Amino acid sequence: MESFLQQVVAGLVSGGVYALLALALVMIYQATHHMNFAQGEMATFSTFVAWSLIQAGWPYWGAFFATLALSFLGGVAIQRVVVRPFEKASPLTNVVVFVALLLIFNALSGLLFHHDVRTFPSPFPKDAWFASSLIPAHGLGSIGVMLIVVGALYAFLRFTPLGLAMRAAALNPGSARLVGVRVSWMLALGWGLAAAIGAVAGMMIAPLVFLDPNMMGGVLLYAFASALLGGIDNPWGAALGGFIVGVAENLLGAYVIGTDLKLTVALVLIVGILTVRPSGLFGKIVVTRV
Amino acid sequence: MTPLLEIRRLDAFYGRTQALFGLDIDLDAGSVTTILGANGAGKTTTLRALCRAVRTRGEIRIDGKAVHNLATESIVRMGVAQVPDGRGTFTQLSVEDNLRLGAYTRRDKADIRLDMERMYDRFPRLKERRLQQAGTLSGGEQQMLAIARALMLRPRLLLLDEPSFGVAPLMVAEIFDVLGRIHQEDRVSILLVEQDAALALEFADRAYLLETGRVVMSGDAKTVAASEAVRRSYLGY
Repeated sequence: MESFLQQVVAGLVSGGVYALLALALVMIYQATHHMNFAQGEMATFSTFVAWSLIQAGWPYWGAFFATLALSFLGGVAIQRVVVRPFEKASPLTNVVVFVALLLIFNALSGLLFHHDVRTFPSPFPKDAWFASSLIPAHGLGSIGVMLIVVGALYAFLRFTPLGLAMRAAALNPGSARLVGVRVSWMLALGWGLAAAIGAVAGMMIAPLVFLDPNMMGGVLLYAFASALLGGIDNPWGAALGGFIVGVAENLLGAYVIGTDLKLTVALVLIVGILTVRPSGLFGKIVVTRV
Repeated sequence: MTPLLEIRRLDAFYGRTQALFGLDIDLDAGSVTTILGANGAGKTTTLRALCRAVRTRGEIRIDGKAVHNLATESIVRMGVAQVPDGRGTFTQLSVEDNLRLGAYTRRDKADIRLDMERMYDRFPRLKERRLQQAGTLSGGEQQMLAIARALMLRPRLLLLDEPSFGVAPLMVAEIFDVLGRIHQEDRVSILLVEQDAALALEFADRAYLLETGRVVMSGDAKTVAASEAVRRSYLGY
């Protein structure tokens, strides 16, 4: 029984990370209707940057927030320089651009930081007051961080004028321009936020799986599955989807199919959702008149 | 006195197709000018050209300042608000959020709140539905919302694209009544594109008649309305 609970808890912890990356994917999808295949590799690169700062002597939280800022700026820069020229191109062209970014970031990580597997510190000490035998300190702390990020993003989008402008730009760019919203910069802002969220995901998972250039390869697939499960246009759905996928993956891996096939769960989910119910659990079904 | 809006030798293109040919239009500050014409005459294209949503050649000046190289967002900041055809409401946002967005470029928070109350006074139906999702409003109510949103900018120039389209006749009368009051009280200049020629000519000071992308007649609204050709083709008598 305890082992079952531990699997569920471990699923929730990794689910929190999938949820964060899924949130980044949904942010970009809502604004641009494109899936950023490079999100995971960008997050890994951000985590390496954080690692370098810590190696250079920076305190954890200093490195954490500096990495968020740098990732935000990096995301904005990538949107302006790489993604924007292809805005009007076909979806397939955009997919190629994102895959190219994936390969570039993966190679950059390897080139600049090498392929040795490294440890990444957790800000939550093993003997913290909230640690227990059921759920270790980092696990609980990581879920807490995730909830804070989701809450902050929700509050930003719902209650601030800039958040309203971002939503408007995603929903109806033509009308958004007519009220003076600089739609192009809203897209850049979305990319920046997504990159920062991805960096948080990377820094939360690195202590668990160790840091190397391929750290997020599998996580990206789980994040896709989470985003699709929750409804590709629904941020809360992405969060919930992450938890469901995390727990399902762990339970199935422990009791049904064995840990080698865990990644298959993500792939089966992706194909299954797209076949059976593409709008996911909470996404909107849009009916178009032909 | 320089006109508020001057359009000279305006050509507009959708891709390779030319839709407007050498348009010359003037709008004086404080006046109501209407652009009439049948479907496909180029009326909506003219408004789109003003807001830089289509490729153009020629000159557009607002208050003497050349705007043909500016982006839509910059023109909005000069005080030009457009109520597009199809209304352009943010259907998934609430009525109140739509109004807030209208005031996006403004900084004066207290005045924005005052203006919102004034909009609710002018359009009581919107007040009843302020937290409702905009897409659930009727056609006429969405038209009111679109106009209210444009007014939240406190524009100098209001562009209206076929406000009577798809709206019940009683509501149309109500809407034009409010537009008249807005014109008087807020001294907003109006450029009105309308298919309903009778309605537009009664409302406007000046009129331009477009046919296949060219101005074929222009002048005082009463004179245009009295002309034989217009009466036969557009007014039906």
